[in-house]
Amino acid sequence: MLLFKGAFGDAFSWQNTLQRAAPLMLTALCVAIPYRAGLMVIGGEGALVLGGLACAGLPYLFAPPAGWLGTALVLLASAAAGAAWIALAGVLRQYRGVNETIASLLMGYLAIGLFKHFVEGPMRDPESLNKPSTLPLMPEIQLGLIGDYDVHWGLVWGAVMCVLAGVWLYGSTHGFATRVVGGNARAARLVGLPSHRLVITACALGGAGAGLAGGIEVAAVHHSANASLIVGLGYTGILVSFVARHNPLAIVPVAILFGGFGAAGSLLQRRLDLPDASVLVLQGFAFVLILASDAWRGRLGDWWQVRAASRPLAAPAVAGAPLKQEGAA
Amino acid sequence: MSEVSLLGNMGDVLLAVLGGAIRVGTPFLFVSLGECLTEKSGRINLGLEGVLVLSAMAAFGGAYLSGSVWVGVWLGAVAGGLLAMLHGLLCSLPRVNDIATGIALMLLGAGLAFYLGKPLIQPQAPQIPSLELGAWSDSPQIQAALRINALFPIGVVLALVMAWAFANTRWGLIVRMAGDSSDAARALGYSVNAVRVWATTLGGFIAGLGGASLSLYYPGSWNEGLSSGQGLIAVALVIFARWRPVACLWAALLFGGAGALGPALQSVGVGWGYHLFNAMPYALTLLILIWTCSPKRSLQGAPMELGVTR
Repeated sequence: MLLFKGAFGDAFSWQNTLQRAAPLMLTALCVAIPYRAGLMVIGGEGALVLGGLACAGLPYLFAPPAGWLGTALVLLASAAAGAAWIALAGVLRQYRGVNETIASLLMGYLAIGLFKHFVEGPMRDPESLNKPSTLPLMPEIQLGLIGDYDVHWGLVWGAVMCVLAGVWLYGSTHGFATRVVGGNARAARLVGLPSHRLVITACALGGAGAGLAGGIEVAAVHHSANASLIVGLGYTGILVSFVARHNPLAIVPVAILFGGFGAAGSLLQRRLDLPDASVLVLQGFAFVLILASDAWRGRLGDWWQVRAASRPLAAPAVAGAPLKQEGAA
Repeated sequence: MSEVSLLGNMGDVLLAVLGGAIRVGTPFLFVSLGECLTEKSGRINLGLEGVLVLSAMAAFGGAYLSGSVWVGVWLGAVAGGLLAMLHGLLCSLPRVNDIATGIALMLLGAGLAFYLGKPLIQPQAPQIPSLELGAWSDSPQIQAALRINALFPIGVVLALVMAWAFANTRWGLIVRMAGDSSDAARALGYSVNAVRVWATTLGGFIAGLGGASLSLYYPGSWNEGLSSGQGLIAVALVIFARWRPVACLWAALLFGGAGALGPALQSVGVGWGYHLFNAMPYALTLLILIWTCSPKRSLQGAPMELGVTR
């Protein structure tokens, strides 16, 4: 009960929840969109970190114009950095056959190494003594709060991006083609779809989401790139995407729920005097249960099983998977 | 700087890297062996990060409360095995994805460890004894470099035994079969899920030894930032080693050495690119992947059932 109260009880906790939900929506997109194209990308953390770096780094190259144009420019830079990073994983997969799950995980570490190198080396603000940071963004281009609430515009960006991704996937020809490639790459090639290009585009779009998440975190919350950006938002995004069944529209409520988990933590800590780690335990159990509940979905009705059986399978190797489960049951 | 002192510095750096490779590499060795076993059976356990943290806490707690370091090591391994077993069981349910479950378990393991480990942050526990392989030398640097963790030889033996068992025993063959072709395993009447659950559990048990090495040898105390992603690195390491246990040994030493290179260079005054050196192993792994993969054939040595999105 207190958990619910801490997450959604009053205006203050709602604000806290929504603030935490914004980056999760975007990092979840980094999993969901490539998944629709048949790729399992888990390197959102890397794209997020580089996005944050790009956002903080653009003012080093030239002074961005003040006002909304400057904000748009730094956010665009962060999205571009993330897009390029994840698209690289897509290129490796399509042209070299490197498993994208593994490659994106490795590239995440590379990105964090690069990030730390630049933040503690060439781009370090000499005034940040015990916590290396880049020079802070000018106040004019920081992302502001929505009206009088303590929620920054990143939430709107996140929600709008999710809706756009949903519309693109389910309402446009290009999105449909991407889903065909994800469903069956061979069939897609047979009907003449440029599968390489579609997959890489999907990766770039997902990466742009995660990069934007990093940019928003920098522009709205931290105001400079430093180690507090690396808190595993990319990994939580994977969970969000899985719980939302990789549906961009479902990501918005799921991310808000997950944000609520985080927000409730601090309340539990204050009210019940529990150590902060108890929230982590609770979260862990909740995630495990949510994921495990997938297994019972099929038992709810026969129609689901029929649908699952007739669902197009990603690759010949996957054809063994449903069989395997029936064999085990 | 004169020629001689530069050479001397290089020698120091090399020794420090060698010593660091064994010291830092020991947890890597165990975690990667555990992950290797799990992946050979056809599943990826990203939750080994949680396993590592939880087992480090359990090992430290066990050693602190019982006063015996080996009770601690054992407890750490068992805790790791139990958490990994949870992963194995969950992934056996239909339509449960092993990657997502791994990440959930990563959070759960870390949460449990932080929660239960709160009172353990201050005290000192008995440490794993070290073997003085450098006693023959007068040089303190060599002695320091060759003062190795007593768990390290166990890990080396384990790597050799695993390599032998995969190739020569019935159990090894069953695990590899479950990982390469679940259809074949089923056709021969083995339960693929049971094999995978056991392989994952045993993998967690082995990884738990790595956790014990973290909290009871180096750094040698329990705190919440103990494992900074080492369990996830193990996944990269196993790929680097191409799923061969003995290669895991070399890979663990290489990753450990790369981790020690930055601080060693820093100690002789080269401060530049510390984090880039730390990231070297990942770049190397990625390059090897790019080099050896092609769209026409899959990665040599990779279990066929891996990477199957369910």
